[in-house]
Amino acid sequence: MEAQTYESMEKKQVQSKTITGAEAVMESLLNEGVKLMFGYPGGAIMPVYDALYSYTDRLKHVLVRHEQGAVHAAQGFARVTGKVGVALVTSGPAATNAVTGIADAMIDSTPIVVISGQVGSHLLGTDAFQETDVIGITQPITKWNYQITRPEEIPWAMSRAFFIARSGRPGPVLLDITKDAQFGKLDYTYQKMTSIRSYTPLPIPDLSKIDEASHLINLSKKPLALIGQGVVLAGAEQELLAFLEKAGIPAAWTILGLSAMPTDHPLNVGMLGMHGNYGPNIKTNEADLILGIGMRFDDRVTGNVQRYATKAKVIHMEIDPAEINKIIHADVPILGNVKETLPLLTEKVSNNEHPEWIEEFNACMRIETERVIEKELFPETPLLTMGEVVRRVSEATDDDAIMVTDVGQHQMVATRYFKFKKTRSVVTSGGLGTMGFGLPAAIGAKMGMPDRHVCLIVGDGGYQMTIQELGTIFQEKVGVKIILLNNNFLGMVRQWQELFFDYRYASTEMVNPDFQTIAKGYYIPCAKVTERDNLDDAIKTMLETDGPYLLEVVVEKEGNVFPMVPSGAAVDEIRLE
Amino acid sequence: MKEEFTITVYSENRVGLLNQITTVFTRRHINIESLTTSESAINGIHKFTIVIYSTYDEIEKLVKQIEKRIDVLKAYWFTNDEIIYQEIALYKVPTKALLSGNEIEKLVRKYGAHILEMTEEYTIIEKTGHKTETQELYEMLDPYGLTQFTRSGRIAVNRSRKEPLNSYLKKLEEDRLKLAN
Repeated sequence: MEAQTYESMEKKQVQSKTITGAEAVMESLLNEGVKLMFGYPGGAIMPVYDALYSYTDRLKHVLVRHEQGAVHAAQGFARVTGKVGVALVTSGPAATNAVTGIADAMIDSTPIVVISGQVGSHLLGTDAFQETDVIGITQPITKWNYQITRPEEIPWAMSRAFFIARSGRPGPVLLDITKDAQFGKLDYTYQKMTSIRSYTPLPIPDLSKIDEASHLINLSKKPLALIGQGVVLAGAEQELLAFLEKAGIPAAWTILGLSAMPTDHPLNVGMLGMHGNYGPNIKTNEADLILGIGMRFDDRVTGNVQRYATKAKVIHMEIDPAEINKIIHADVPILGNVKETLPLLTEKVSNNEHPEWIEEFNACMRIETERVIEKELFPETPLLTMGEVVRRVSEATDDDAIMVTDVGQHQMVATRYFKFKKTRSVVTSGGLGTMGFGLPAAIGAKMGMPDRHVCLIVGDGGYQMTIQELGTIFQEKVGVKIILLNNNFLGMVRQWQELFFDYRYASTEMVNPDFQTIAKGYYIPCAKVTERDNLDDAIKTMLETDGPYLLEVVVEKEGNVFPMVPSGAAVDEIRLE
Repeated sequence: MKEEFTITVYSENRVGLLNQITTVFTRRHINIESLTTSESAINGIHKFTIVIYSTYDEIEKLVKQIEKRIDVLKAYWFTNDEIIYQEIALYKVPTKALLSGNEIEKLVRKYGAHILEMTEEYTIIEKTGHKTETQELYEMLDPYGLTQFTRSGRIAVNRSRKEPLNSYLKKLEEDRLKLAN
C-alpha cells in the first residue's frame, strides 16, 4: 500500500518545487505513507511544528506528555501495524528523554524514525541552550542516525531513514535536524530509497544450508522449534504453520514471538525461558534438534549457555548475520528472511509426526497445570491473583484483543495466561525491560488498530513511571483499556528479594496514591475491584464502555511468578515452586 | 588464548564512522592497541586498520558487529601471519650525542633506520618495522638522551593478490543485478 501511495506521489512530483526544510520533512513523511506521529514541540523543532500546522488534514500529530511517551507510542503503533512509527521531538532534554524508547526499539527490532530538532548549525559544539550531542548519544542505540545541517539533505536522509528502519532486521533511526536546515529552502523532489551499497538487508539464502537443515530435520526424533519475533516481522506466520505442520515439530516461543501462532494450536507448547513453561525449558535439554526461527537466544531464554541444548544440533534461521554463533553455535545457519527460507525448507522436509515426543510436552503441561497453573487461575485463597485477572480479561475479549504490557511480574503473568488467535497482538518490552513502556505503547497500539480491543496489563510501579500519558489518552480519547494489577509492591524485585536476598525488601514496597482519583482527574472512567465475585462484571463494564477505562484490581501482595529458571541456572533446572 | 589480530574495515566516508567502529570495542571492554585510518585505494572508500588482542571466537563476532553498521562496506580480520604489516617510528636525539662518538651511527646502520633531519640542536631518526623492532631501537637510543619518540599505528596489506574489497564490490553488483531480474 505504501509503495502505491508513493508511486502516485512520485508522478505528481516529477517537477521539483521550492519549499522550506520543515515543509520537506512533512512532504517526505507523506511520501513514506505516514499518517500519524507522536511528539512534543520545543524551541529547536518549531519550524517543523509550524509546517505541521498546514498539514494537519493529512498528518495527525498526537501531543504526548513526555518525549519517552512519544517514542513508546510510535513503537506500539509499529508493533501492531508493521509500519514505521514516527516520533517528533525537540533538542537537548527532549532528545535525551527519547533515548530510552530508542534503546528499547533497538533491542526489540522495532521500526521507528525519531526526528529531533537541533540548535542552528553555527551553534553546534558551543554548548548552546538545549544543545546536546544526540548523534553521539544515540549512536550505539540506533540502526542508523544522521545529523542534517543543510535543507537539501532532507529528502535523501528521510528516504534513507525509512528504508533502513523498515528493511532487513528493523530498528530505530534518528534524524537530527538543525534549526537553520528547517528554515532554509530547497528544491524538493522525493525518491524512495531501495538500496544502499554498504547495507545488505536481505542476505541471499544458501540453498546448501537448506538441504543440510532438512536432512537434520528428517533424521530428528526430538525436534523443537523456537519461534521469535522474526516470524512476525517477516509476516511469515502462515509459512511457519505450514512448515511445523508438515514436519510435525512442536514449537515454543520467545516473549516477542508470542501470538505468531495461535495459543491453542496443537503444536504450540508454550513460552521459553526464565518464566516460561515447564515443558519447553526441560525439553530443550532432551531435544536432539533445536530450530531457532527468527530469534536470538537471549540470556533470558537460554539460562546458562554451557548447559543449554546439550543433546541437540542447532539450526538457526536468522536475517541478521551478527546473530549467528553470537550466543549459541549454529550447526546449520540459514541466513535470510524466514518468509523466504521457511517455504524452501517446507518443500524439502518429509511429512512427519512426533506423537510420543509431543506427548512428553503434554505430560509436562499436566505437571505444570497441577502445580502452578491451577493455583494461579483457580486460587483457593480469597485474594485475587494476577493470573486469574489476565485470563478473565483474555476470555472476555474472546482471546481476540491486543495485549500490551509493562514490565515486571504482571508482564510474565500476562504472557503466560493471555491467549491469542491473531498475530501482532502483543506489545511488550522484551529486550530492554523498560518499566513505563506500557501506557504510552498502548496509546500507539490503539491508534494503530482502532477497531481492536487494546488491553494494557500494567503494574502499579510501571504505571507511575509514565502515568502522565493519561493526559494524552484523555485529550485524544484513546480507547485503551487499562488493567492495573495493584499489589503495592515492585513485585518482580520483591520476588527476587524473597528468593535470593533473604526477604530483605529494600525499597520495593510502594505507598501508592488513589489511582481512582487520578483517573477521575483525567476524566477517565474507572473502577476498582478487590473481590473475585465482582471481577467478571467489572471486566464486562470496562469492555462495554466506549473509550478509555481504568480497571484497578487489587491482587495478592506477595504473589510469585513460577515456574522460574533462576539466574545462572540451566533451563532444565526450572523450578515449579 | 588471546592473540594479536588485525581488522581492516572499509566504509563509506561519512561523519561519525570512527565512533561507530570504536564503540563495538569499548562496549565490550576491549582495548584498541593500534588504529590507523585513511582513504583506501578505492576512491571515496575509507579504510581503518585496527589491532586488538582477542580470541578466534570473539574476533568473528566483533567483525560481524562492525559490518552491521549501515555505512560499513566490509570488515575482515587477519592473524599476523596472514598479513604484511608495518609501523613507523620517529626518534629525536641531541645532535651532540651523535657527534660525540659513533654509537648512534652504528645503531642507525644496524637497525636499518635513517636520518631525516639534522640541525645543530637535534637529529631526527626514522625507522619502520614491527613494534618490537622500533621499541628495541628506542631502548638503544634512550641512554643517549632521546628527547622525543613517537610511533604510528599499524598499516597492513594481506598476502592475497588483490584488495579483497574489489571482489566484494563486484559481488555486490552481481547480487544487485540478480535481485533486479
